[in-house]
Amino acid sequence: MPDPILKLEGVYTNIAQYHILQGVDLEVPRGAVTMLLGRNGVGKTTTLRTIIGHWRAHKGRILLDGTDITSMPTPAIARAGVGFVPEDMGIFSDLTVEENMVLAAVSGPIDSARLDWIFAAFPPLKTFWKSEAGNLSGGQKQMLSIARVMAEERQLYLIDEPTKGLAPAIISTMAKALKDLKDQGASILLVEQNFAVAKALGDSANVMDDGRMIWSGEMQQLATDAELQERLMGLSLEAH
Amino acid sequence: MTAAPEHAPKMAQAALADRIAPYMPVLLVPILAVLGFLAIPSTSSWLTLTVSGLAMGMMIFIMASGLTLVFGLMDVINFGHGAFVSVGAFVGISVLLMMGHMVEAPSLMLNLTALMVAVVGAMAATGVMGWAFEKVIVEPVYGHHLKQILVTMGGLIVVEQLIIVLWGPEEIYISRPEALKGAITFAGAALEKYRLVAVAVGLVVFALMRFVLRRTKIGLIVRAGVQNGEMVQALGYRLRLVFIGVFVAGSALAGLGGVMWGLYQEVITAHMGNHAMILIFIVVIIGGLGSVEGCFIGALLVGLMQNYVAFLEPKAALISNIGLMVAILMWRPMGMIPVVKAK
Amino acid sequence: MQAVLSGDMPRSKILALILAGILICLALAPFLFPGVRTVDTAARICVFIVLVASYDLLLGYGGIVSFAHTMFFGIGAYGVALASTHMGRGFDAIAVGAAAGALVAAALALIIGLFSLRVRAIFFAMITLAVASAVAVLVSQLSGLTGGEDGLTFKTPRELGPAFKFGDKLFGVKLNGKLLAYYFVFFGALILFLGLLRVVNSPFGRVLQAIRENDFRAEAIGYRVVFYRVAATCLSAAVAALAGSLYAVWLRYVGPDTTLSMEIMIDILLMVVIGGMGTMYGAVIGATLFVLAQNYLQNLMGAASGLVEGVPILPELLSADRWLLWLGVLFILSVYFFPTGVVGRLRQGN
Repeated sequence: MPDPILKLEGVYTNIAQYHILQGVDLEVPRGAVTMLLGRNGVGKTTTLRTIIGHWRAHKGRILLDGTDITSMPTPAIARAGVGFVPEDMGIFSDLTVEENMVLAAVSGPIDSARLDWIFAAFPPLKTFWKSEAGNLSGGQKQMLSIARVMAEERQLYLIDEPTKGLAPAIISTMAKALKDLKDQGASILLVEQNFAVAKALGDSANVMDDGRMIWSGEMQQLATDAELQERLMGLSLEAH
Repeated sequence: MTAAPEHAPKMAQAALADRIAPYMPVLLVPILAVLGFLAIPSTSSWLTLTVSGLAMGMMIFIMASGLTLVFGLMDVINFGHGAFVSVGAFVGISVLLMMGHMVEAPSLMLNLTALMVAVVGAMAATGVMGWAFEKVIVEPVYGHHLKQILVTMGGLIVVEQLIIVLWGPEEIYISRPEALKGAITFAGAALEKYRLVAVAVGLVVFALMRFVLRRTKIGLIVRAGVQNGEMVQALGYRLRLVFIGVFVAGSALAGLGGVMWGLYQEVITAHMGNHAMILIFIVVIIGGLGSVEGCFIGALLVGLMQNYVAFLEPKAALISNIGLMVAILMWRPMGMIPVVKAK
Repeated sequence: MQAVLSGDMPRSKILALILAGILICLALAPFLFPGVRTVDTAARICVFIVLVASYDLLLGYGGIVSFAHTMFFGIGAYGVALASTHMGRGFDAIAVGAAAGALVAAALALIIGLFSLRVRAIFFAMITLAVASAVAVLVSQLSGLTGGEDGLTFKTPRELGPAFKFGDKLFGVKLNGKLLAYYFVFFGALILFLGLLRVVNSPFGRVLQAIRENDFRAEAIGYRVVFYRVAATCLSAAVAALAGSLYAVWLRYVGPDTTLSMEIMIDILLMVVIGGMGTMYGAVIGATLFVLAQNYLQNLMGAASGLVEGVPILPELLSADRWLLWLGVLFILSVYFFPTGVVGRLRQGN
């Protein structure tokens, strides 16, 4: 097996006096979708935020393509090729859709082929190209947040709950876009509560509980083993 | 950039009131001017007062714009901002005094050259000082409002005292460059030349600032950073550097405002910046902390209000601006153009 | 003892000794340090302890920065001065003036608080600065009512004046009205201080501290954050006004410079920070140290300035008039390196 694109070794993260991550180990292989699963509040979002550098790991190492990025500042991590879609989407609502996209392309203007690809995946963005992002609907904002990471090719995509709170029709648009990204050979670390989406996209899966990784394996195995699901994640996944 | 969409957006038409709401703050300026017109018996006095109100507003805007952006970008409130106004005035005026012959010559060219040199000197001095102030005073207290207020206030005191050490405790009286003295008569009203220049400079600064914020990538980063700094960093931009840049630019603008304010008052003191802070705070609060447009409109309102009321009832001028602030906060508790924060 | 101090013990032997020392010195000041200037210093310390303690209720316990504290202080002082001028000298005038001053101060604080604290605490700092400056300007402009820049000199009850004698001498100290005036100020300050100590150690005070630590959490638990903050603001304003009344009684004069100036506001900030934010005893230590330093250190600076005469800039830097420069530096350094102040350090050392 080739080197993973991302590797976490025993990562601990504290937020104020709370110990949120307590020794997370994780490997994200290249060119595949790695799911990060688990009940609410077990540290999935914190894991992503620690990778991008919003929170600092107090112990352990984070390696991106073999380079230690544990104590690098967030902008440097981003420029090393990590795209991040936060749980709250992080849309600049006073800026237009176009301006949001311009900012997303750090190294220069987006080429037109890539833009066509993005518009094909999310047609409403073309319609509202010159509108303020704050006026978009919830689903359109989520599209914009995904489109922003698609503005450039990244080494690694960190995507936090892209289908949260969306209508089923939009969830399938989102899933299709992510599938598209995956087919282009992207390496994605995806937090997802919607098990159907997780099943459809995921290659491997990692399940967290209480700030630790409690299970890692093939998504297929997890998807077919109801007893395992029950044991790892309780009923919360079933409910979704 | 890229191709525009072919078909029109299909957003629902909002109700009339909702569509006017965003423009209400802009409309307040003419509304106030009309109210002033109704209250002031003579048209020519009204015109004179309006011009001087606008001039004052422009100067306050120039001084205040940096403060509001600095707050928007990094949630840093700088109570020592007035120090840059004072230092700008002292450096600029000292330069002008050194070039006395150019200032006193009745030639517009020579006068303007001297002014330009003074302004550049003042802005360079306050820009460098802003950089040092940010490093020494502000950086150690990021994210801690209480300490920020205390420490920047301390910084203001130290700078004011240093001005006194360097320039002496006496106030310095100055006269404006020869070509900018006196007034022109328009529609029976005497309009001071200097005030017209101040209005022009203010408009240029505002237009430039808008251009940078709307049309350049660095401007986009600043505007995005005001809303969600964390995301701007996650996209790969070093917000810290952008912030230092804004802080320095804001300090330099305060220095420019200080020179203009000093020439307007024709006297400078070490405490002038701190006194200007009263109006500056009112302006950034009613404008909406973090909003440059709000700051501009707020400054014009305050300038007009101050001049109209000072004409009608001199003692009520400052209080009337407090009243203006109260009225606007009752209408919009976050200021006229509230900045939407991501969190 | 526990009851008098509302259960808030000094929790440090050295601190307890210093506090006891200050209490004894202030209580016996006219006898221990007879002399017009020293007794005046002692009275100033008494007044500033209350003023600073009431400010600490806001800053240290509530986490709110106000720049209007001297305005409230001034309202109380002018209240007594105006009442004594218009009603004639008498204790009734003092009572009416002090009560009216406290009420006006609390009402004004209520209005400012409702406007700014509702939105965000940082508005409060800016709005108080603007309002306080406007009021200071107004007071100096309305010279018909307030005496303008010159201020007002007025008469206090005969019993509080030096001409009133009620005995010969005790331990060599003349028993006159000035002595009574000192004890009027001393006991007034003591009562107000103990009252504040009670407030901060009451459930109200503890909620206030919880809000300072984490206002979202306090709100989530169900405390109405704005209500508590506004209430603290009003209470603090009223006590500051009463301190102003005491000061007016002592000086028999009010003016913008003695009560309203920004300089006094900065003095208060410095006293709170040096003494220690978030503890009433910090106010005692801060005010005492500061007033003593102000009275005696300035002379020292003047002497130092004389020593370096001839060296460029240095004499100006050390001149007694540049006292504020060094205060500013000291202030910044204390906030960075000494945020818990003297009291915090002493308690830590335990």
